[in-house]
Amino acid sequence: MTTTTYPDFAQPAWRRWLLTRESAMIALVLATVAYAIASIDNFAGPLTLTYLLLDIAPILLIALPMTLIIVTGEIDLSVGSVVGLSSVLLGVTYQAGVPMAWALVVAILGGALCGALNGYLIAHLGLPSLAVTIGTLALFRGLAVGLLGTTAVTDFPDSWTDLATNEIGGTGIPLVMIAFVVLAVAFAVLLHFSTFGRGVYDIGLNSEAAHFTGVNVRRTKFILYVLAGAVSAFAGVFYTFRFGSARGDNATGLELQVIAAVLLGGVSIFGGRGRLHGVIAGVLLIGVLSSALRLESVTVNVINIIIGVLLVASVMSTNLLAAFRRATASWKRSTAQSNATATGAESSRKAHV
Amino acid sequence: MNRRKLNRSSALITLGMSAALLLSACGGDDDAGGTDATSGTDSGSDSEISVTFLPKNLGNPYFDTSDAGGERAIAEFGGTYEEVGPDAATPDGQVSFINTAAQQGVSALVVSANDPTAIGDALNEARDAGVKVVTFDSDTEPEFRDLFINQASPEGIAKAQVDLIAEQIGDTGEVAILSATANATNQNAWIELMEADLAENHPDITLVDTVYGDDDDQTSFDKTAALLQSHPDLKGIISPTTVGIAAAARYLSTSDFKGEVALTGLGTPNQMREYVEDGTVTAFALWNPGDLGYLAAWAAKALVDGDITGAEGDTFTAGDLGEYTVEADGVVLLGDPFVFDADNIGDFDF
Repeated sequence: MTTTTYPDFAQPAWRRWLLTRESAMIALVLATVAYAIASIDNFAGPLTLTYLLLDIAPILLIALPMTLIIVTGEIDLSVGSVVGLSSVLLGVTYQAGVPMAWALVVAILGGALCGALNGYLIAHLGLPSLAVTIGTLALFRGLAVGLLGTTAVTDFPDSWTDLATNEIGGTGIPLVMIAFVVLAVAFAVLLHFSTFGRGVYDIGLNSEAAHFTGVNVRRTKFILYVLAGAVSAFAGVFYTFRFGSARGDNATGLELQVIAAVLLGGVSIFGGRGRLHGVIAGVLLIGVLSSALRLESVTVNVINIIIGVLLVASVMSTNLLAAFRRATASWKRSTAQSNATATGAESSRKAHV
Repeated sequence: MNRRKLNRSSALITLGMSAALLLSACGGDDDAGGTDATSGTDSGSDSEISVTFLPKNLGNPYFDTSDAGGERAIAEFGGTYEEVGPDAATPDGQVSFINTAAQQGVSALVVSANDPTAIGDALNEARDAGVKVVTFDSDTEPEFRDLFINQASPEGIAKAQVDLIAEQIGDTGEVAILSATANATNQNAWIELMEADLAENHPDITLVDTVYGDDDDQTSFDKTAALLQSHPDLKGIISPTTVGIAAAARYLSTSDFKGEVALTGLGTPNQMREYVEDGTVTAFALWNPGDLGYLAAWAAKALVDGDITGAEGDTFTAGDLGEYTVEADGVVLLGDPFVFDADNIGDFDF
């Protein structure tokens, strides 16, 4: 076992960096962008970047805390409903005459509270996150639709809705990307460069072992769910301003797009593995593919099929390779045994490196 | 030991699979684009009009019919037709398609809005990019579009139903109305207009009762039964709601009143087909979605050609539907409701 992992770390750093799933993802995004610019009409147009980033901004934002949650081996299916509920909270409080700044606070606190409920049930009562968040998915969506019914709050002042759609100067990059970059750096530091982040991986690899090595499993999970709630609520505020409309059915099904992107980005659904830059590349790949295919007039259903197949293929390629590796290893063992007299098993394996 | 090699092949396989998918997907679409479009898709044909239809959602028979009408119009005047739309009828789902139309720089976008304001900014951005915007079936606020193709006016809807019931009961006797909910604005406006029309033009018809089925199938069914019991001399029922008319027809078709009590109102051919065929209902009204899409496409062409700007009093010709005049707020009225009966119901599927 140890002999298979040591050589990995013996490689030069640039090689370890290049030959990862994350790098493959980034290469795939670049290749797709290059292909789209070269052969899809209007993709190179000035509007593409703005619309693409606006479309994927909520997914990018929520994918950050979702990555950490999935790395711990848990899941949060309620994020789409939190987006809807925070959108409604923003609309209802603003409509009631509360100043916008305070309505924002209410919406984001509401989201954090939703996350705290998830966190309490999962981290402190030890309930399975899949079951809990399926429940709160329905609960938060029900509250959102219940609060506003089939109506919508739409009379938001332009000064606020412009924040969601305006560009940074003339770059075509929407303002919301500043918030995303700040949050992405914060989450990257948290996951990859802090004790807290090492705890997150430890929990995903083995929760009990993590506990015994001093990781506060409960606190870590609770914090992650609160973060997911707060970031989803922020995405809900963005969603509301972008469409100028607070509705109970806003962002229905968004959770699955987020989770698909996170898994595509190389995070293991079993926890313990995955990196943020891979996830960001995963979201970008889905965004670029959807944008390019829409420009080619491919219907939504077909786009969903393609992204679905891509996701299955990416998960499968990892598992198939593992199976392939096991098969070749056992084949090598048997050949090595038959040639055992001539050469040692060690040198036979070396030849295959 | 093998990890490096495996990582490399993993990367290659993922890339290869995805590239293959991407290529096959795009290839497949090129073929479809070639057959779908009336002529060359994107070969820089600036003079040709391209119209994109964006219904509330795809897979909805009503919009399949309306968009087919649009496609027919576009084939007549020579342009490219395209239909895009979200799976579910939500405004956020429509925005990305409006954005795509702006990116593509299509000549015109024909939209049935899922929200009167939520898609407004996206529509205005598309208009800034030179796209003419026509709404049909469901309007946005007037500042977000160039024209709205209105399917029917309240007066037209009320008159069509009164005319139908008068004809079916010989212009004399007791009638009742089975409405949706007691506070439905459009229903009450129609009922008021029908009452006025009956009083003025049909003195021998008495409106004896108005009941509310709440747009619920079972409630409407029960209210129909109660209505027939409490008014033994009832000659006809008007139900200006698609849920109500279908429920009332279901009750009548299995009761002794079948053929004795006339039923009309607003219904869809697919819901009413069985009752028209078995003789429960002779005729009912609604607009023709095919004509609606057809008119919307011609209106889009008139805007693109610069024949009209959407100002009140502008006139344009819409193929075999004839000439239309733009009313206040950029509204174009399709005309009187369309009457469906045993002779024509087979032509419709929505």
